[in-house]
Amino acid sequence: MKIAESWLREWVNPDLDTETLAHQLTMSGHEVEGVAYEGEGLDGVIIGEVIAVSRHPNADRLSVCKVSTDGRETIEVVCGAPNVTAGMKSPLARAGITLPNGVKLRKSKIRGVISHGMLCSAVELGLGDESDGIIALPEDAPVGESLASYLGLPDAVIDLNLTPNRGDCFSVLGIARDVAALTATDIKDATVASVSATIDDTHAVDVQQAKACPSFAGRVIRNIDAHAKTPIWMTERLRRSGFRCIHPVVDITNYVMLELGQPLHAYDLRLVAGAICPRLAKAGEKLTLLDDKEIAVTEDTLVISDDSGAIGLAGIMGGLSTAVSDATVDVFFEAAFWPPEFIVGRARTYGLHTEASLRFERGVDPHGQARAIERATALLLDISGGEAGPLVLTTSDEHLPQRETIRLRRSRLATLLGVKIDDAIVVEILQRLGLDIVAQDDGWDVTPPGFRFDIAIEADLIEEVARVYGYDKIPETTEISQTALETVTESKIGLEPVAATLVARDYQEVITYSFIDSESNRALSGAESDLILSNPISSEMSVMRASILPGLLRAASANAARQQDRVRLFEIGKSFHGTLEEPVEIVRIAAIATGSALPEQWAAKAQSVDFFDIKSDVDAILRLAGDATQLHYTAADHAALQPGQSAKITRNDQLIGMIGKLHPRHAKYFDLKRDVFVFELDAALALASAAPEASQVSKYPSIRRDISVLVDDKISADDLIQTVASAAPDLISSVRIFDIFRGPGVEAGLKSVALGLILQETSRTLTDEDADAAMTAAVRKLQEKFAAELRE
Amino acid sequence: MQGLSELLRLAASEIDAASDPAALDRVRVAYLGKKGELTARLKALSELPAAERPAAGQEINRAKQELQGSINERRESLEAAVLEAQLAGDAVDVTLPGRGYAVGGRHPVSRAMARIEKIFRNAGFGVRSGPEIEDDFHNFTALNFPENHPARALHDTFFFPGGKLLRTHTSPVQIRSMVEEGVPIRIISTGRVYRCDSDQTHTPMFHQVEGLVVDRGISLANLKAVLHQFVESFFERKAELRFRPSYFPFTEPSAEVDVLWEEGKWLEILGCGMVHPNVLESAGVDAEEFTGYAFGMGIERLAMLRYGVKDLRTFFDNDLRFLQQFR
Repeated sequence: MKIAESWLREWVNPDLDTETLAHQLTMSGHEVEGVAYEGEGLDGVIIGEVIAVSRHPNADRLSVCKVSTDGRETIEVVCGAPNVTAGMKSPLARAGITLPNGVKLRKSKIRGVISHGMLCSAVELGLGDESDGIIALPEDAPVGESLASYLGLPDAVIDLNLTPNRGDCFSVLGIARDVAALTATDIKDATVASVSATIDDTHAVDVQQAKACPSFAGRVIRNIDAHAKTPIWMTERLRRSGFRCIHPVVDITNYVMLELGQPLHAYDLRLVAGAICPRLAKAGEKLTLLDDKEIAVTEDTLVISDDSGAIGLAGIMGGLSTAVSDATVDVFFEAAFWPPEFIVGRARTYGLHTEASLRFERGVDPHGQARAIERATALLLDISGGEAGPLVLTTSDEHLPQRETIRLRRSRLATLLGVKIDDAIVVEILQRLGLDIVAQDDGWDVTPPGFRFDIAIEADLIEEVARVYGYDKIPETTEISQTALETVTESKIGLEPVAATLVARDYQEVITYSFIDSESNRALSGAESDLILSNPISSEMSVMRASILPGLLRAASANAARQQDRVRLFEIGKSFHGTLEEPVEIVRIAAIATGSALPEQWAAKAQSVDFFDIKSDVDAILRLAGDATQLHYTAADHAALQPGQSAKITRNDQLIGMIGKLHPRHAKYFDLKRDVFVFELDAALALASAAPEASQVSKYPSIRRDISVLVDDKISADDLIQTVASAAPDLISSVRIFDIFRGPGVEAGLKSVALGLILQETSRTLTDEDADAAMTAAVRKLQEKFAAELRE
Repeated sequence: MQGLSELLRLAASEIDAASDPAALDRVRVAYLGKKGELTARLKALSELPAAERPAAGQEINRAKQELQGSINERRESLEAAVLEAQLAGDAVDVTLPGRGYAVGGRHPVSRAMARIEKIFRNAGFGVRSGPEIEDDFHNFTALNFPENHPARALHDTFFFPGGKLLRTHTSPVQIRSMVEEGVPIRIISTGRVYRCDSDQTHTPMFHQVEGLVVDRGISLANLKAVLHQFVESFFERKAELRFRPSYFPFTEPSAEVDVLWEEGKWLEILGCGMVHPNVLESAGVDAEEFTGYAFGMGIERLAMLRYGVKDLRTFFDNDLRFLQQFR
């Protein structure tokens, strides 16, 4: 909300400069987003009257104006504004003065005609961001007077970011009340003298649901001057608050709302058919609003109706059919209290957000309707004349919000804030805020005024005290905690060492969005997702990812397009599965690598990354979690991967992830030219671990024996190793493959595999006989199982 | 017969002349070997009169020791020269890069998040996590957001058909953790949050850290202390903080915190407050016996300040040229 400092100071005038005032507002919870100083540097700019306008002899778009500077003397001014006309009054800057934007005006010849000054637009004077010509001042503007003093400038416009709980602060009065409390300054009396009726006319109001409209004030004013203009002091205040001037009647309703916080509506009374009736909308009801849009109203919305049907959205926006216009002579003012629960969220459902709904949603003063009508009436009679009927107020006290008395305990105040505040200070703060207080043994009984919708419990009162006392006066005290030590588990490896391992192995971490496009989600996870957003930013970001790979691939693709030939990325984040009723979130570790295996270097041959490069990366992670004996890679197809170079990874027969070469079809889709290798692991399963259990280390030497066999090329390394290991489990402590050969000397379809066995016993030294027996058993098993042929 | 000193002089010059261990050994044999000159002289002692023998014998032995010493010295120096020559041939260009991998790097947001977790862990906070697909109850209702309240509109929420939503903040973890573990509790929670907003200063996904301490006698003064200490720890310098009253449905009193930054500007870095009694009660905690504080910070915001990142959106562009700066 924007508020002019001069207007605020009319209500409360603390002895503080603008900056200090703004700082205090910020520190009391009304964050000042900015202060705009207006009308500075207008010295010498006066009100001029255009006496005559003639075409410039040498330029079609320019005119030569005779401008009176004081009612007697005139000067000649060349003007380019399309709206200049004889008789208008406009700001005049004579040659010799400097405009707010720093331009010094000189007497100058414009296309052969000497110009002695300039008629100014709002932009040129720093009074607006846009303009469609020179400023047209009211007809009664005093010629020759300083523009600044006429407009009440300079002034500062304070832009406040008000919190949604403080509906009472959306007005000059509201802010003034808080400033008065903060600075211990008196505030102007907010009571408004009532305007006596000069006619008896009233208009019927039929409140059908008092619960939805516990207070409704209305007043008839007849025979206003349809040609009256809004006075400059009002248009200026409205402008500084960000409001455009529309019509005196409408301007007055806006002005009173800004001043007192009570939104009003004005009807052209001659266009209202029958009693005005606030009620909940009927099914299928339609209404054309002031902005000329027709809406279909839902049944939870309050409307104002007359005999013709709905004529306005209560608390949000008036209707077009009864709108005030240049032809209006009879007016009906309405000021109601719409309880927040009947307003909240409604404007939003119609795509509306109005100054009225903003205030009603947050709560306006439930007792401020009559005052607002009186104020508006007085202003209208002053500006447009007319005759006022009596003010008619319909209230239902039982439905007006009641403010309960709240006990504020001295001890609770000290506990929650961590500081003891003197009773006298607490009392003073609460009283200055306009709260009713009665001292009690353990504290105070406090009753907030009706307009404070934000004070309902003790903590709210504590906040009020703290806010005015000053958060900066509350000390810093480190708490003494009663919480127990956290258990540090070894049943799971943390994600930090995983990230560190991948970083050490030359992967760059990225963070990609959790929502992706449905096509790549389906293509790479192999399934449709149920988890589709109702209101995505775009269709590219509409489905919760079932795999991290699409995001990684998109990131890799973007980097490849930026001439990055070698891209190695990882991400640790959630993938989303299951149904809308029962979504399942799984933390995953995923990586991709494309380009050369190693950075280009002198010490190694350039080689593209392959399956075994990234397999070693996966191993590095999985071995963080200890026991690798139950870890298996098994050839298995996957939607994302190229058959024959893809595997599932299991530990203790549980699927923990996948690894392989990205299917070339996907690589092409993501515009990746070189082979891409990927893996994706379920973090919880992959990193499950246990505290190690130590066993005795053998004191006896081990024996190494090698076996070389010819087997079918399709036999997997895993099968060979397990078969050999199982031949003499007590003796064979490890088996490794140290050579694989295909080619000359080996029949096509076969391969030669060299296996190294380490044999060891913990209780004795092995003999050659023991080793021979184990070897014989191993060879026999290989022969039985794979028809292996022993090579010498 | 040559004088002993003459012999020694001759030997010394031969030792000096020996240019490799083999030549040196030949000199040794020539003098000290079984048939060497000095050996011969020792044998010849018996020919001397008995009275002269001890003195002559002593002299020869001294000469023998001297010679052996010179030979040893020479041998060591010859061997050292040989090794040196050999090593010189093995010299490498130490400026060539090492073989193998380069190293990757962490994402600046993860890096900041890890720091934050570490700081709070060190202070005895537990680290918790919660689901990103949340329900209305945990994201709003339990946190004291009334139905249709304007405060809800401040959270531009992503919804799923049927009412589930993407959490708009990490605060639901407050509720889940209190319900699961009870109180006293002292935790933080970091993670992704989502808001339906995308422009220069907003990304539809970002990260938050949530803090919650509920215990007997927890106060606003405690909150001020922990946040001040956190900010100084995170930025590794003294910091001036400003607590401004603000409004969040789930805290009362509430505050926004600004830090005094370069050029005397106050920058907002987080929101916090004393846990609202309604929140404690919706998590089954006795709000009379227990009080607590809670805070929430945007991690991107902290990372931007810490690492001098100017544009929020670069965090999610994943441009390697940007990311590689955070090694």
